[in-house]
Amino acid sequence: MVIMQVIVGGLLLGAIYALFSSGLTLIWGMMNFINFAHGEFVMLGMYVALLVVVGIGGGPAVFGIAAAGALFALGVVIYAFLIRHVLRGPMIAQILSTFGLALLLRYAAFWFFSANFVSLPGNALSGTIDLGGIFLPVAQVVAGSVAIVLTLLLQFLLTRTLIGSMLLAVAEDPDAATLMGIRPDRIQALAWGLSAGAAGIAGALLATAYPWSPSVGETFGLIAFVVVAFGGFGSVLGSLYAGLIIGLIQAASGFWLGVIYKDVVVYALFVALLWLRPQGLMGKA
Amino acid sequence: MKKLAAPPLGLTLLAVGLVLYPLLFSDAFYRDIGVTFLLAAIAASAWNIVGGYAGQISVGHSMFFGIGAYTPVLFYTLWGWPPLVGIPVGILLSLALAAVIGLPTLRLSGHYFSMATIAVAELIRILVGTWNFVGAAIGLQGPARGRAWWDLTFRSELPYYYIFLVVLGIVLAVTATFESRRFGYYVRAIKAGERAAKSLGVPVHWTKMQALLLSAAFTSIAGSLYVVKTGFVDPGSGFGILVSVQMVIVAALGGAGTLYGPLLGALILIPLQTATNNWLGGGGSGLTFIIYGGIIVLIARFEPGGLSELWHRLLRKRWKRVDATA
Repeated sequence: MVIMQVIVGGLLLGAIYALFSSGLTLIWGMMNFINFAHGEFVMLGMYVALLVVVGIGGGPAVFGIAAAGALFALGVVIYAFLIRHVLRGPMIAQILSTFGLALLLRYAAFWFFSANFVSLPGNALSGTIDLGGIFLPVAQVVAGSVAIVLTLLLQFLLTRTLIGSMLLAVAEDPDAATLMGIRPDRIQALAWGLSAGAAGIAGALLATAYPWSPSVGETFGLIAFVVVAFGGFGSVLGSLYAGLIIGLIQAASGFWLGVIYKDVVVYALFVALLWLRPQGLMGKA
Repeated sequence: MKKLAAPPLGLTLLAVGLVLYPLLFSDAFYRDIGVTFLLAAIAASAWNIVGGYAGQISVGHSMFFGIGAYTPVLFYTLWGWPPLVGIPVGILLSLALAAVIGLPTLRLSGHYFSMATIAVAELIRILVGTWNFVGAAIGLQGPARGRAWWDLTFRSELPYYYIFLVVLGIVLAVTATFESRRFGYYVRAIKAGERAAKSLGVPVHWTKMQALLLSAAFTSIAGSLYVVKTGFVDPGSGFGILVSVQMVIVAALGGAGTLYGPLLGALILIPLQTATNNWLGGGGSGLTFIIYGGIIVLIARFEPGGLSELWHRLLRKRWKRVDATA
């Protein structure tokens, strides 16, 4: 039963990994651009949830939507003022832009919120739930389930709607998309909004179930790299599978090897993957 | 060929200035800034070889710095060997690690290399922080008092300053030498367009690998210099992400891919950093890194070539004006 608990707990956390990683893979797939600040977006989503709960109160729906909205706006602003310009620049500008942004956001968070761990006060999702002998916090179950639904919704948006077709068209060929009456700039801004928004709401979901500090952004950023590498660069569905697998591996290695090693195992897998199958576990060769 | 025409006077002045600096400013505080400046310039110049010249942006160079710092003190702790034995072993370990990372990732687009470097550096930092053999979270301590000169443990800042200056001279001389040789043309061709370079017969993968190996070796030496100077290293000061950040920002601010860019970057940033740390006390370090992040973003957005490119552009504009009036 303890093992079942580890497995289910890992899958639930993995579902949230899948949600924020799908944001990273969206940007990678669309513009061949890696966002080093993605983990910081997740971290900011957590603090937005905290600020909303402390400031105006409200349930998970309120702070979840607030985190998604705030980060969507931040993503669009960052695209407009930074990414749009460095996309045409040299490689060093592309990598350094979001790397610098990650530092800026991380240490600004240290500055404002201090390095102490915090958790959401007066959580509406308290208590534990009994899933046929497995006892799990309600918050984890809700957060994980919502994350799966949202990831599937994102996949639906990308593959079955007009907006999804427009995103795909711009990813394929911005110039040809322009001729079809699509404005690549707006679509790419939308992609950044969706990407950061997914990270923000994933952060809000994480905040309901786990305590955190400003340094979690670094860990989540690296986990997002690993998930994207496993799932294939640019594939949301791949991210979903890979996120669940990574969550599972992390929970298992944390349980059997010790908590310190749960990240070590995941990073080591990433390095091994880059060696053996750099196009991603499920990516096309 | 402006290279041959322009710098001799500037270079001579720079060299004389650097040699005389600790004699003119004998105060320990200023000498310490001088040593910190030289170390930052060495590390950033080492990063510059692969990050600037070859255009492969490593954001995890702390792994080589950390190996260079840990190996000499580890050998001292275990067997009491002087750092001069540990330093070359550190270089060899760094070369091996560079090969392991470079082999798979340098064949792919530059993003993979960046992601791999940050992941490996973080992996090593966590492992070192839990491994008792290398001091775990506490770190390792070098000789408190040198047994002889070969322990490289001095009371005065002066010997460190001149050792660091010589190493900086070597790094710059090596960089200047390859700049005008085949290897220099290869890396510039790769940076300008990898596919085009490949089609013209440039051994792209091997050239990038050579740049990484050279860079890793010098970064390892920088780490060793750091540890003989401070006599102590822990996971944060050896393998921390901020060690990598400092190399990137110093090189990028001055001008990545230029010979004197890292020097210029260190000349601006190190006094700035010392000043902010002094004004704001111990709590200032967080603010320092907010500013660092901001500077990196601004460079990427407005001046990816760094200050040296800005300088050249301003200079050109001025010349044009002179031409027009003449």
